[in-house]
Amino acid sequence: MSGHESPAARALAPVATPVARSAQSAHAARPVSAGEAARLALLRDLQLAFRKRSQLAQPLAFFAMVTLLFPLAISPELSRLRELAPGVLWVGALLASLLALEFLFRDDAYDGTLEQYALSGQSLTALMFAKTLAHWLLTGLPLALMAPLAALSLGVAPAALPGIIVAVAVGSVTLSLIGSIGAALTLGIKRSGALLSLLTLPLSLPVLIFGARATQLAIHGAPFLAPLELLGALAVLGITLAPLAAAAAVRISLE
Amino acid sequence: MTWTWFHRLASPPYVYALAARLTPWFAWPAGLCILAGLWGGLVLAPPDYQQGDGFRILYVHAPSAWMSLMVYTTMAIAAAIGLVWRMKVAHAVAASCAPIGASFTFAALVTGALWGEPMWGTYWEWDPRLTSELVLLFLYLGYMGLRAGIEDPQRADRASAVLAVVGVVNVPIIHYSVTWWNSLHQAPSVMRLAKPAMPLAMLAPLLLMLLGFTLLFVALLLTRLRGEVLARERAASWIREVVSA
Amino acid sequence: MEEATRTVPAEPLEVENLQLWRGERHVLRGVHFALARGACLEVCGANGSGKTTLLRTLCGLIYPEEGRVLWNGENVQRDLRAFHAELAYLGHDPPLKSDLTARENLHYWIGIRQQLTAEDLTAALARVGALPFCERQVRTLSAGQRRRVALAGIALLAVPLWLLDEPTTNLDAEGRDLVADLICEQLARGGMVVAAVHHGLPPSVRNVTRLELAA
Repeated sequence: MSGHESPAARALAPVATPVARSAQSAHAARPVSAGEAARLALLRDLQLAFRKRSQLAQPLAFFAMVTLLFPLAISPELSRLRELAPGVLWVGALLASLLALEFLFRDDAYDGTLEQYALSGQSLTALMFAKTLAHWLLTGLPLALMAPLAALSLGVAPAALPGIIVAVAVGSVTLSLIGSIGAALTLGIKRSGALLSLLTLPLSLPVLIFGARATQLAIHGAPFLAPLELLGALAVLGITLAPLAAAAAVRISLE
Repeated sequence: MTWTWFHRLASPPYVYALAARLTPWFAWPAGLCILAGLWGGLVLAPPDYQQGDGFRILYVHAPSAWMSLMVYTTMAIAAAIGLVWRMKVAHAVAASCAPIGASFTFAALVTGALWGEPMWGTYWEWDPRLTSELVLLFLYLGYMGLRAGIEDPQRADRASAVLAVVGVVNVPIIHYSVTWWNSLHQAPSVMRLAKPAMPLAMLAPLLLMLLGFTLLFVALLLTRLRGEVLARERAASWIREVVSA
Repeated sequence: MEEATRTVPAEPLEVENLQLWRGERHVLRGVHFALARGACLEVCGANGSGKTTLLRTLCGLIYPEEGRVLWNGENVQRDLRAFHAELAYLGHDPPLKSDLTARENLHYWIGIRQQLTAEDLTAALARVGALPFCERQVRTLSAGQRRRVALAGIALLAVPLWLLDEPTTNLDAEGRDLVADLICEQLARGGMVVAAVHHGLPPSVRNVTRLELAA
């Protein structure tokens, strides 16, 4: 069904028209680089998170709770807990970071700002990377700093702690990146928590395997560079590919 | 010139008719190959010097495992084609692959467990291959779950396509990490599922089964595809002509 | 200022025979129009007739089954980002974060697209009458106030094409006049406006073509 056009709105053939920039706009549009746009997106998410400080603590509290569950469920013997510590720490970190994923895109999708990102003329991939980086700074990094406390409560020697911090810090980068893909894919699905876990956990298994191994070696005082390097490689791969996939998924959710 | 067949493949009525014509060409040879392979493997092949007759479940287990991976790759390729060229039929192919692949994966896991019992004394060992199969099953379930969770059919197609592509990139990584993990904790007495060079009498039926399973997959895919196309195009006019014919 | 002369179509925005299905509903059935500089297109129709869908298809967010959207003679799908840099889209709900102030919202929302100074922000907020409440968090603002802030954002963007979905929602008579003024200014600059409206734009807007969408 076509519209009713008035003669003013329809010309019969293209006509050469001088484009006078002076008549275009009240103020010239000075463009913004992709890096500057990403920086603004990062700052915005950080500023928003600090306006709701109470929400920041939730994944950390969850991580602490999970750590508490194991001694209660298994045994208070520190020697036994020390053996389990790598697994407990990493399963806890994995689940806590899953919990935090909901905050990554949900609000933006709901209030229309995600749509504006897609329409901004800036690289959506760069903006997704900025958002995921903000997410890691607000979740993964604090988890990495909290992990030593959990480890100590499980009988881990203090000498192992720096290794644990590094391993969780690097591993959580990949977890945030993988999670961003799942979060973008499940946008708009009601009660998507279980589905998000089903999508994200299988993809996060390599991080779990290498991270737990690095932690285990650190606890025994052995050199843990090999699994740490593998963790780093996963992080690099994630940084390169995940924001692309997340941007594609976001665009699909806006269709 | 070569693109005309590609563009014809994008037309649902053409694909529907083509699938109907091709199915028997795959179904019958599949049945023959599988029967021949089963006969060769269960009856003709000599018993293994180490495992006796118990190894024969390999003739179902190995092709199932192989197909589970091949179907996932096919699904991912179809999904990628659907994403890039926006072909509805490619998305229909990917959707049809998923339950078939999940079934193969489940079969591989069950036969693996059944094999494990007489061989290892336990139904489940965290063998790297079986563990990878289990993860693959979750990847399939996640794909099907995402499709089911999104209401808009076009969005479901495209979102699950992204997931399939991300998954297929991750499958080698996951497999590598699981193998690496297993090698750290390997007890020396655990039976390996991979066997060294097999004598021809054992190998031939296995290859036959593999071929048979592949043909079976194509036959099942074509059948499911017709169902998918029917469901997706149910409002279109060409459906009425086909159904009344 | 320089004058750049190049051959561009007299109608930068052309839409050819858009066909779009949502599931089984045939929402857009052969939408076809061209929009010249300084012209405004008013998209009318009942609820559910596809006004929002049409606007989002024009943006390139939705990909039509058939037909194309042309910007300066080129299919917008070929370079969506360049097209987006030349348009401003305002959806049903103002795209504002409720935990940020109006000024902060604009700083991020528009700042991602073009360089802004504090004076630019103040001027835009004053233009829409939002200065009195620009330092309050958006969660404390009424729906009409939020819409004014959103309009300030649109006014800040120096882009040739505006796509507005129900721009006068929640606004009082003064607010509706503001929308009309902003649209007139945009048209006077040689820009184009496509607006989906329920009851029609205020009469002060000239050079308006109407496009009716049947439900």
